[in-house]
Amino acid sequence: MIQFFSDVWDIITKYYPQLLQGVGKTLLLALTGTVIGLIIGILTGILRTAPLSKNLFLRILHKAANGIIAAYVEIFRGTPMMVQAMVIFWGYAFATGGNTLPLTLSGIIIVSINTGAYMAEIVRGGIISIDKGQFEGAAAVGMTHGQTMLHVIIPQLMRNILPSVSNEFVINIKDTSVLNVIGVAELYYMSDIIKRQNFKTFQTYFVVCVIYFIMTFTVTRILRLIEKKLEGKENYTIFGSQSDPDAEIHVEKGA
Amino acid sequence: MNTNETVFEIKHLQKQFGDHEVLRDINMTVRRGEVVSIIGASGSGKSTLLRCVNLLETPSDGEILYKGQNIQTGIPSLSRYRAEVGMVFQQFNLFNNMTVLQNCVSPQKLVLGRGNNEALETARHFLKKVGMEQFINAKPRQLSGGQKQRVAIARALSMSPEVILFDEPTSALDPEMVGEVLSVMRSLANEGLTMLVVTHEMSFARDVSNRVVFMDQGVIEEDNSPEVIFNNPEKQRTREFLSRVLGN
Ligand SMILES: Nc1ncnc2c1ncn2[C@@H]1O[C@H](COP(=O)(O)OP(=O)(O)O)[C@@H](O)[C@H]1O
Ligand SMILES: [Mg+2]
Repeated sequence: MIQFFSDVWDIITKYYPQLLQGVGKTLLLALTGTVIGLIIGILTGILRTAPLSKNLFLRILHKAANGIIAAYVEIFRGTPMMVQAMVIFWGYAFATGGNTLPLTLSGIIIVSINTGAYMAEIVRGGIISIDKGQFEGAAAVGMTHGQTMLHVIIPQLMRNILPSVSNEFVINIKDTSVLNVIGVAELYYMSDIIKRQNFKTFQTYFVVCVIYFIMTFTVTRILRLIEKKLEGKENYTIFGSQSDPDAEIHVEKGA
Repeated sequence: MNTNETVFEIKHLQKQFGDHEVLRDINMTVRRGEVVSIIGASGSGKSTLLRCVNLLETPSDGEILYKGQNIQTGIPSLSRYRAEVGMVFQQFNLFNNMTVLQNCVSPQKLVLGRGNNEALETARHFLKKVGMEQFINAKPRQLSGGQKQRVAIARALSMSPEVILFDEPTSALDPEMVGEVLSVMRSLANEGLTMLVVTHEMSFARDVSNRVVFMDQGVIEEDNSPEVIFNNPEKQRTREFLSRVLGN
């Protein structure tokens, strides 16, 4: 037992630069992948929930785009990210006669496309779940579909989907570990390298396991806090009461 | 102001959803300054009529003229048209992500291109008119139904509309809040705003409107003055409907 802890301590003190580098890369991949995936999700979600144009050509184009998005969502949700990584990385090499993209860039592209497929469904669900009256209220004052999306729907959407987006981020912290198959130097890949140097397989993976947990746990708590903040304050200020125009009455309501 | 100017002329309006014919051959004229109440049983097509007028629904046949122009083919901008023809819904439909003030300000800026100061001033003016100036920083979910509906009216008024369409504006309200909304509507009527009001409030239809339109199964069964409709209706169906809702 004492031997185990001393091994763990050795790994931490000796390999902390590699471990930190792995943590950094994992967080970079997870964060950029989640953000770009969210952008993909919002764009495809807007397209898929937009009313079809009266113009026949635009209508056909729109329907074709919807079909492509639906196929993209199905395919990327229905296959493992590890296999997607191989297909995209080596597919690029195959198509360009042997060239490869930089590893980190490849990793970001793979995580983004994969996350985008999940986000597309999250966003679509989020838009559909917004009360139809919000669209009608906006249409009735003359707002265009674009203005309605930008000023009314997306702000409400972001609040509604934030928990799911947080969840995707945490999943990505864990799932970027599969990118070791193409050699991206994220945390799991680093642990592989360390293990091959010190031959302490169990102790090394134990340390890495704890680090993954610390990352997901911390990130989850931080995102919870942000969600709470965005829930907004439940109080507002009444201006100018009848007797005292300068008075501000603070009204508080339970959530 | 020419009070005889025609605002709407609806000719042979027909609307069907699939095979279901909801409006058949609707003909009516609305002149400037008129307050027209539309009454009738649930499902008779009252909402569909209002929604066709501001093109939330596309008419299947017939035409609707706004100041002589066909609203589907002859108006320059749907956005501008809808700003001129305001709508107040049963379910309020305030923007949930915005405060009371923003609800009234942002459509003015986006649709009418008004500057910030003008939009703010206009919004404050109408919020004060409906008695909601103290709540400008509240979000819709913090308001009662009657308060929400008064904000919705202020939002419509802030667009400087020619007409406002009301679709059962008090039907979703607790009884004690109906009065505050009706009194706002009453004062708008007195100021000469043109209004089309779908309502189950028979006292409003009788006392405030210039004309009452009774709809039954997708047709206008009777279009008459409130005196005639309530005291001596021409049609048997009108009589039956009124005796049912007035409970005598
Ligand atoms: N979007 C729609 N699709 C199909 N049927 C509809 C739609 N809107 C209304 N209807 C039908 O049209 C009829 C008239 O509805 P509505 O205009 O809402 O009546 P009212 O407002 O008088 O109660 C009803 O039978 C209703 O079910
Ligand atoms: Mg109705």
